Amino acid sequence: MNRFAVLFQSLDGTTSSTARTLALAAYLREAPEPDRLWTIALLTGRRPRRVITAGKLAEWAAEAAGIPDWLFAESYSVAGDLAETIAAILPPAETTTNRSLSDWIATLRALSAQDEPARRAGILAAWAGLDATERFLFNKLLTGGFRMGVARGLMQRALAQATGLDEATLAHRLMGDWSPDTTTFAALITGDGAQASRPYPFCLAHPLDADPDALGDPTDWLAEWKWDGIRGQLVCRDGRVFLWSRGEELVTDRYPEIVAAAQALPEGTVLDGEILGWAGAPLPFATLQRRIGLKTVSRRTLAEVPVIFMAYDLLEADSTDLRPQPFATRRAALEALATDLPPELPLSPLARFDDWATLAAHRQAARDRGAEGVMLKQRTSPYHAGRKRGDWWKWKLDPFSLDAVLIYAQAGHGRRAGLYTDFTFALWDGPALVPVAKAYSGLTDAEFAEITRWVRAHTTDRFGPVRQVVPELVFELGFEGIAESPRHKSGLALRFPRMLRWRRDKPAAEADRIETARALLAHPAPRAYL
Amino acid sequence: MARTKAASVDVKCSIRAPLPKLSAPCKACSTGPPPARRYDQVMARNPVLHLTERGLYCPAGDFFIDPWRPVPRALITHGHSDHARTGHGAYLATHAALPVMRHRLGPITAEGICYAETRRIGGAIVSFHPAGHVPGSAQIRVQVAGEVWVVSGDYKTGGDAISTPFEPVPCDTFITECTFGLPVFRWQPEAAVMAEINRWWAENRAAGRISLIGAYAFGKAQRLLAGLDPGIGSILTHGAVEATNAVLRAQGLALPETRQVTIEVSAKTHPGALVIAPPAALAGPWARRFGPAATAFASGWMALRGHRRRYGVDRGFVLSDHADWAGLNAAVVATGATRVLATHGYTAAFARWLEGRGLQAGVLETAFGQTEDETAE
Repeated sequence: MNRFAVLFQSLDGTTSSTARTLALAAYLREAPEPDRLWTIALLTGRRPRRVITAGKLAEWAAEAAGIPDWLFAESYSVAGDLAETIAAILPPAETTTNRSLSDWIATLRALSAQDEPARRAGILAAWAGLDATERFLFNKLLTGGFRMGVARGLMQRALAQATGLDEATLAHRLMGDWSPDTTTFAALITGDGAQASRPYPFCLAHPLDADPDALGDPTDWLAEWKWDGIRGQLVCRDGRVFLWSRGEELVTDRYPEIVAAAQALPEGTVLDGEILGWAGAPLPFATLQRRIGLKTVSRRTLAEVPVIFMAYDLLEADSTDLRPQPFATRRAALEALATDLPPELPLSPLARFDDWATLAAHRQAARDRGAEGVMLKQRTSPYHAGRKRGDWWKWKLDPFSLDAVLIYAQAGHGRRAGLYTDFTFALWDGPALVPVAKAYSGLTDAEFAEITRWVRAHTTDRFGPVRQVVPELVFELGFEGIAESPRHKSGLALRFPRMLRWRRDKPAAEADRIETARALLAHPAPRAYL
Repeated sequence: MARTKAASVDVKCSIRAPLPKLSAPCKACSTGPPPARRYDQVMARNPVLHLTERGLYCPAGDFFIDPWRPVPRALITHGHSDHARTGHGAYLATHAALPVMRHRLGPITAEGICYAETRRIGGAIVSFHPAGHVPGSAQIRVQVAGEVWVVSGDYKTGGDAISTPFEPVPCDTFITECTFGLPVFRWQPEAAVMAEINRWWAENRAAGRISLIGAYAFGKAQRLLAGLDPGIGSILTHGAVEATNAVLRAQGLALPETRQVTIEVSAKTHPGALVIAPPAALAGPWARRFGPAATAFASGWMALRGHRRRYGVDRGFVLSDHADWAGLNAAVVATGATRVLATHGYTAAFARWLEGRGLQAGVLETAFGQTEDETAE
C-alpha cells in the first residue's frame, strides 16, 4: 500500500487543489492499472463490501491496544474518525509489508468469506504490519467513506490530465453500475466499455441569489417548478429499465410503479426528472422519506406513499445522446413524447412568464403548489455534465424560520472533531421544551468554538457522546418545509433545518412556541392541478 | 548565566532530585470503572493544597500556585499566560522562568529560586523541579508535615534541546495536567519530527515558496529554532516570536540567526525563507504578505486530522510541549503517588483510567488551558 499511502500523504499534505490534482494525475499515470481502477472506484464512493462491523473493529482495536472500551469510545469522540482512532491507539507496527492497494482489497474480500475468528486474526495481522498512515487507509477500506479531500470534479480533472481525455467524457464514463470486478481501467476509461444501465452525469443548477433581471431577456428562458423529491434518471435500454438517484444509487427496485410506467417508453430513452411522492398533489418530502430506505415495498406503503417520476428533460432518444442540443429542442421532443405516457410519468409543467415580475409571482406562489421555488433554464442550454454556472438557476423561496432553544449537543466528525457542532433544538410547549429539530450547519468555525466552550461549562447531563446543556442559547433555524410526523416527539418534521444565526439578543424564554410551528402547517395544502 | 548543556537555559542549579521509587503498574482494567470522581470526593481531610476560587491554595504556607485571580503570594510553574497572570502581590518562580515572566507581565515583585532548592514558607517546605515544558518550567513540590504534594504545571517527558529535562518527583499526591490524556496521542521522537520539518522547508524552498509555520511564541518557537537546519535558508520571525527570542538569548540560550519580518525583510528579500509566527498571525492579514506560501502548524493537536483540517494549514507537525499518553502514564507511575488529581485536558477520562489501575484519582477543575495555551499549547 506504499504507493497509495504516498498518494494519500501528498493529497493530505496540501490545501491547494492544483497540487492535489497534479499528485493524483501522476498517480493515475504511473500506478499499476488495478490500483488506478480501485483508486477511482474508492474516490467515486465504490468500496469493497464491508468485512466487519465498526463495533467489532473498535472492540478488537481496544483489545490490541490494551485499553478498556469506554476509553476507546472517549478517544473516538475526540478524534471524530474511527479509522484514525484505531490507527492512533494501536501499538506501533512490528513488521513492514509492501503490498499493493488491490492486493489488500483482495485480502479483505478473502476475509469476508471466513468466520469471525479468522477475520479477527486477519485484521490484527494486517494492523501489525502497517505503519500509521497505511493503517489509517486500511481502516478506511474496512469502514468505508473514502474522501481524501478529493471531490468528484478534482478526480475527473486529474484523470483528464493523466489520460488526455476531456472531463465531460470522463464524467460520463465514471457514472453508473461498474466496479473493479466488472471492468478494467482500459475498458472503463479509455475503451468506453459502456453498460446499458449507465446514466449521464446530472446537470446541476446554481442558486440564484440576486434578482433575475440580470439574466437579460426573459424570453431567452424557460421556467419550471422546483419540486422537492429525489432527483433521478430513468434509463430504458436493451429492453430494460434502470432508475438512478442523483447519488448514483440504483433504486429501480424501490419504485415499482415508475418502472411499470416506464415500459411505455421507447427503447433507447433516458429521462431526467424527479421522484416525487404524489397524491394528486406533491406529498411532503417527509412522507416520501418513508420509501427511501425500503428495498422491498409493501402493498400498504405503495398505497400510502404513491410516487411518480416528473420528467424534466430528455437526454437520450432513439439511443442518441441529445445533451448537446438546446434545451428548447429537448423540451419540445419531451413534450411530444409525454403526450401518451402513463400518469406516473408526467411532464414537468412550465411556469409561463413574459416578464420577470410574473416569474417572481410564480415563485411566491410555489408553496401553494407544494414546490420550493422555480427553476430557470436558458433555452439554448446544452445539458451540462455537473454544476456549470450561467445556464441553469434554481430560485428558491426564502426558508421558514423559528427561534429555538439549544438543548443537546454532540461533537462532530472529521474537520469538526472535538467541536460541539451537532445540536438538538426545542420549542416551548407550555412550560416545557419539546425537541423539534437537529441542525449541524450554518455557523462559523469561530461560533462553533465559542459554543463548544460554552457547552463544556454548561453541561447538565451526559448520555454517551451527547451532552444535555442548560437551555439558554437561542438560534434562528431556517427550514424548507414542515410536515406532521408521528415519528417525532413534537409531531412535526422540519425539512433541511439549519442555523441561520445565533440569537444572542434573545433569552430562552422568548424562543418560539410549538403553536407557532404548527401554524406553519396550516399553510394552504398544495392544490391538485395536473 | 552559566550553562551545563549546549542549548539549555537554566542551569544555574544543577542539583537533581533523588531518583524516584518506581511502583509497579497495575494491570489494565478492561471493565469500565465508575465515572471519575471530583477532587473533593478523594480529598484528604486536611489537604496540603485545595481548590479555591482564586486557584490552588496551600493553607499551611498561605500561598497559591498558578492562581487565576490576584493573590498576595503566587508560586508560578512557568511563564505561559494561563499559569503566570498579572496582579499578584509577590511572585516566586525559577530563575530561568523570570525573564519571560517579566517581559510578559511588566514590573512585578518577583523572586527567583533554583531547581531543587528548598524553601520554607510558613508551615510548608517548597521546591521547584524541572518540568521539561519550556525553558524555566517547573513542577512545584509542597511538603507539609510528612505529606508531599507535587503540582506538575505543564510538562513533557520527551525532552527537547532548550528546556531542562523533566524529572519525576516522588510524592503522595500528584496534581497532573493531562492536556493530551487520551491514548490517541502518541508522539514521535523530536528528531524525527524536526527532520520532517526540515525536509518540508527544503522542498518548499526548492519550489520557490515561503514556508510559514505557526508556533506558540514562547517555547514552541524556540524549540523549532533549535531544531531547524539553518543551512537550508533564512529564518524569519514574527515580532512576538522575535521579542521572546531576545529575552531567551539574553539568558544564554543559543538559537540560530533570525530576522524579524518588517517592510524591509520580506519574501522578496529572503525567498524560500522559513517564517515562524504565532498561530493567530498565521490566520490573519499579517500572513498574506508572503503570497502563496506553504503553511504548517507545530502542535500536539496536529495528531488529529480534524484539528489540522480545521486550521486550514497544509501540514500539521505533531510537536508538543505536553506529555503524550505514554508520557503521562509513565510520569504518574514514576512519582509513586497513591492519589492523582487531573487538571486541564481530558481530565475525566484520565482520572477514570487511573482509577482502573488501582490509584485514587479525581478531577480538579482549574482555569488552566483556557487561554492561548488551549489551542496553541
